[in-house]
Amino acid sequence: MAAEGKAIDALSQFELAPVLGIVGDSVGFTQSNAHMLLAVVLITALMVYGMAQRAVIPGRLQALAESAYEFVHGLVTEQVGEEGRKFFPFVFSLFMFVLFGNLLGLLPYAFTFTSHIAVTFGLAFVVFVLITVVALAIHGTKFFGYFFPEGAPIWLAPIIVPVEIVSYLSRPISLSIRLFANMVAGHVMLKVFATFILLIGGLGVIGPFVAVLPLAINVALVGFELLVAFLQAYVFAILTCIYLHDAVHLH
Amino acid sequence: MTPRILIVASLFGLALPALALAATTGEVPVEGMPQLAFGHPEQGRFLVANVVWLFILFGLLYVLMANYALPRVASVLAERQARIEADLEQAQAAKQRADAALAEHQAATARARAEAQAAIATATQQAQAETTVREEALNARLAAQIDAAEQRIATSRDAAMGALRTVAADAAEALVARLTGSTDRAAVERAVGTELAARGQA
Repeated sequence: MAAEGKAIDALSQFELAPVLGIVGDSVGFTQSNAHMLLAVVLITALMVYGMAQRAVIPGRLQALAESAYEFVHGLVTEQVGEEGRKFFPFVFSLFMFVLFGNLLGLLPYAFTFTSHIAVTFGLAFVVFVLITVVALAIHGTKFFGYFFPEGAPIWLAPIIVPVEIVSYLSRPISLSIRLFANMVAGHVMLKVFATFILLIGGLGVIGPFVAVLPLAINVALVGFELLVAFLQAYVFAILTCIYLHDAVHLH
Repeated sequence: MTPRILIVASLFGLALPALALAATTGEVPVEGMPQLAFGHPEQGRFLVANVVWLFILFGLLYVLMANYALPRVASVLAERQARIEADLEQAQAAKQRADAALAEHQAATARARAEAQAAIATATQQAQAETTVREEALNARLAAQIDAAEQRIATSRDAAMGALRTVAADAAEALVARLTGSTDRAAVERAVGTELAARGQA
């Protein structure tokens, strides 16, 4: 699967395959969904089992759960303000889901469900629907004033209004493509250099020594991908918060 | 706690290869990016199912977080906050008590010092008054003694002066008797008195 003949196959790792035999096949439950379920179980375990002791001085697991909570809570209250409280569970779920998806994907044999544009767009679409519904619910028709900033000269409206509408509609697209592209690029690079290790390692006596180079690159890439995993989850969450801020305050 | 974590971790370590092995690969090769293979007979179906399962599982996560997990964390954090505030309040109260005790102590010290000083001043005054009285009494006694002594001296002198006249008269009489053989006591005494008066010793 890594190298069929001379070709480097870096994309087949993203293929979906059903798990749980005929049952999984008939309901379309793939390894991607299995990893989503694993992420949900792990997040819930961290937050429920980690906090089970309710210690005043937290242990390691509880400290992890609390710092995750306080990190996202700080993000939401800083970006959205006090009105953002009711969106905190949503942003927290989103951040942890994306973070665990990214991190799980870095483990050997694992599948990265955030490397699918359908998944990231699905999440971004949920965000988009949420911010639009919230803005309409809070501001009613005044929400449409968002597309034409106050104080701008009226003759600029034919330019500003389409630009604002396009920028608003492109939010879910940029949000989803950013995460998808980052994860795909990282995993393709890992796969390509891993294939190099095998291809070069097989080239006679000197091969294994030269193959150390792509191996070193892969080691560095794994560290880099860890950073990207955190960073992209953070970016996804903070952009959601910024959009929520716009929806609540209209600029 | 630690062994349970190890069990969870090892189960988790087994889960991923199991998932990879359980996944059955399809027969039709995929052209291009599998993420965009919506037209593929198998992948297209899975891509749509993937999103449906995403909504189901993400919705499950949201429900679990919003209703169970996050309120627990919030209550733990609130409890800790309340406890810290209570402890701070207690510390504040203790500090206030300590401050009050210190102030009271300082006031007591100042009062005691003032009392002591007043006592010292009173004692000093009393002692001075007593000294003055005693001095006066002593002076008076001494003056009386001096007066008495002076009187005694004056008496003695007078007596001595009286005796001097008699002695002088006796001596003069004896001289006269030796020289003349006869004496006139009255004339001698007169002459002595005249002589003494002339010398200013009468």
